[in-house]
Amino acid sequence: MGRSTKKGPFINEKLLKKIRSLDRTGEKRVVQTWARSSVIPPEFVGHTIAVHNGNKFIPVYITENMVGHKLGEFAFTRTFRSHRSREATTKRR
Amino acid sequence: MARIVGVDIPDNKRVVVALTYIYGIGRTTSVKILQEAGIDQNERVKDLTADQIGRIRSIIENSYRVEGSLRTEISLSIKRLKDVGSYRGWRHRRGLPVRGQRTKTNARTRKGPKKTVAGKRKAPGKK
Repeated sequence: MGRSTKKGPFINEKLLKKIRSLDRTGEKRVVQTWARSSVIPPEFVGHTIAVHNGNKFIPVYITENMVGHKLGEFAFTRTFRSHRSREATTKRR
Repeated sequence: MARIVGVDIPDNKRVVVALTYIYGIGRTTSVKILQEAGIDQNERVKDLTADQIGRIRSIIENSYRVEGSLRTEISLSIKRLKDVGSYRGWRHRRGLPVRGQRTKTNARTRKGPKKTVAGKRKAPGKK
């Protein structure tokens, strides 16, 4: 079930405040955060946010298309391991 | 032989069913359209008057995204997910289920027919 519209999207307040203060000073700095569940508001566009993936911070450059997604969607928590390809298997034999 | 939005030529069927042959129209939308047009659901397409077909056509054209434009909309939103580098886009690219389903078993719709991996051979019997 989705979140009630009455509450509006969940945005991490601290992060938003930080970004706003960056905007005010015109400073560009990578902000580290653990708030993976925070929705990306339009204010974040153009900033780089380092999102924690449980292990380290993944720098995410926010573009316009990302607004409305959550920060965690851009910092994967799993490493993708593939199986050996067919050719590699036959070569080994 | 009725042609509604593009190529769809359903005939001999009840209108409710015939309309679902159009990409983007299922039973629910079909019923809604017919209610708005004031046409009985059970009417066969061949028995419809040109005027009734015209009404259905204009309702669909004016208030529903259907066929080509719907297809492009869907592929564009998938493309957006891919371009933006999100987890969902990544799953689309890999052809895996996007909405958190299990992949240990099942997920065959997304993954396609089984590719058997030559696994461990059965352990030779004792002795």
